[in-house]
Amino acid sequence: MIKELHEKLKNKEITAVQLAEEYFDRIEKKDKEIFAYLTLTRELAMEQAKRVDEKIARGEEIEILEGIPGAIKDNLCVMDVRTTASSKILDNYIAPYDATVISKLKENGAVFLGKTNMDEFAMGSSTESSAYGPTKNPYDLERVPGGSSGGSAAAVAADEAVWALGTDTGGSIRQPASFCGAVGLKPTYGRVSRYGAIAMGSSLDQIGPITKTVEDAAIILSAIAGEDKYDATSAQSANKDYTDYLTGEVKGMRIGIIKEHLEGLDENVREVIEKVIETYKNLGAEMKEIELPYAKYSLPVYYIIMPCEVSSNLARYDGIKYGMRANDHKDTELDFNPENRTLLENYFDSRRYGLGAEVKRRIMLGTYALSAGYYDAYYLRAQKVRTLIKQDFEKAFEKVDVILTPTTPSPAFKLGEKTADPLQMYLEDIFTVIANIAGVPAISVPADPVETEGKKLPLGFQLMGKWFDEENLLRAAHAYEINK
Amino acid sequence: MLNNDQVKHIAGLARIGVDETEIEKISTDLTSILGWVEQLEKIDVSGVEPTAHISGIENVAREDGAHDFVDKDKIIKLFPERKDNYNKVKSVL
Repeated sequence: MIKELHEKLKNKEITAVQLAEEYFDRIEKKDKEIFAYLTLTRELAMEQAKRVDEKIARGEEIEILEGIPGAIKDNLCVMDVRTTASSKILDNYIAPYDATVISKLKENGAVFLGKTNMDEFAMGSSTESSAYGPTKNPYDLERVPGGSSGGSAAAVAADEAVWALGTDTGGSIRQPASFCGAVGLKPTYGRVSRYGAIAMGSSLDQIGPITKTVEDAAIILSAIAGEDKYDATSAQSANKDYTDYLTGEVKGMRIGIIKEHLEGLDENVREVIEKVIETYKNLGAEMKEIELPYAKYSLPVYYIIMPCEVSSNLARYDGIKYGMRANDHKDTELDFNPENRTLLENYFDSRRYGLGAEVKRRIMLGTYALSAGYYDAYYLRAQKVRTLIKQDFEKAFEKVDVILTPTTPSPAFKLGEKTADPLQMYLEDIFTVIANIAGVPAISVPADPVETEGKKLPLGFQLMGKWFDEENLLRAAHAYEINK
Repeated sequence: MLNNDQVKHIAGLARIGVDETEIEKISTDLTSILGWVEQLEKIDVSGVEPTAHISGIENVAREDGAHDFVDKDKIIKLFPERKDNYNKVKSVL
């Protein structure tokens, strides 16, 4: 889709300003219902688009992303733009700098339409934990778009953006992509700089694209990947154009499947995944059964490691340096005179009223797991099991090039369906979280829709690749997409 | 498993104010999550090294120099309360 728009811009069939206007018009019409966007950045977008149009008018060549409008998840800092991470505690936060991915996209001439809704601090799988209200799934407004990057996925699905950025700590790019019929890519941990992304679980977080096509995901990845002096965990890598690897061929490629992942699925979901496997067979890929014996522990490992990192990362929201301070808060039932409050009470109240229930739950869970006497039993043990899971993948990748699994156990669920019991919501990540624990790249690609209650709902399947082998991962995803 | 006093203690360590009425629910939720992660106890991890982060990159160094931030005023404007260019906070003692 990006390439087509690029050609149109080059051939002067449309201007970048017109293109941006077209998207803002659609947002105006559709977003009241869907609520993908928290903040629109019209002024910035028009400025960026004009610059591209001037370049075209001067007869200069334009690069692939120049003038292409997209959306940014609201936990990524865009300088001078409100950046809330969907939390009340950052309600008035205007980012004083650009995240590295944002500087890179700016250098590439992309146009930013706005910031998208998400689960608060990216903690959730439905976008229902946003302090500003839930985003709706464009395919069925009674259903969730998934999460935490639900706004980004819904924006792409509803044609309110050509591309979007999300973040993925346990599946937050891939699960909403699956629910919204989009492509969602979580790169290898270290492939993309995390500088300027509001941290959740620092050993798990990655930024990546949500797009209509695999080719578009490859274009965005090419723009945002690379080492960054501001992120010591970002890996050295040569600048690559990942679209070079989209040959449309998977002949001889070895694709691993895990039997027990398919066995527990609902009949209609399993049929869809089995059809994907058939497609790959027909394309000449070699399907191999593999085992990842420790992978089933990924989710419990995640629910120790992530909350521990959360409890540390979110300690910064104390109402002191920036964000909401308790005495800003108008709706508290406390009748207090701020002058009489102590510093400690300010901390307690800022976090009590500034943070939502799920965020507080995870902070407390992590605080408990890291507290004196429990560290060895929880955090250290989880890190050791993480090693075993990583070793599973090392062994598996001796036999196969990529691994195929479902992205989610089912298509999009209804709003409110899983909010009462946190564990039910956590189980949404059962297939996606494995890639974050192992640090490998993974992508969700739209498969055939699933008939549910008389509606056709999108559903994705997941491919996981070797560390820093986005090339084969994207190649496999693309081959399915163009041949299905 | 987690009693009300433990919940209050954890909330205190995390600097989160909680209502008496919330404690029961927090205790139930945390207990159920902790009960579920207990399945890790049956895994034999003897002799296994922990993985803190996956890429194996170690000791990344950079020049130990000061860099000017783009625009300090942007940070100062974010202070919840300020007097001139100072961040106004409650007295510590």
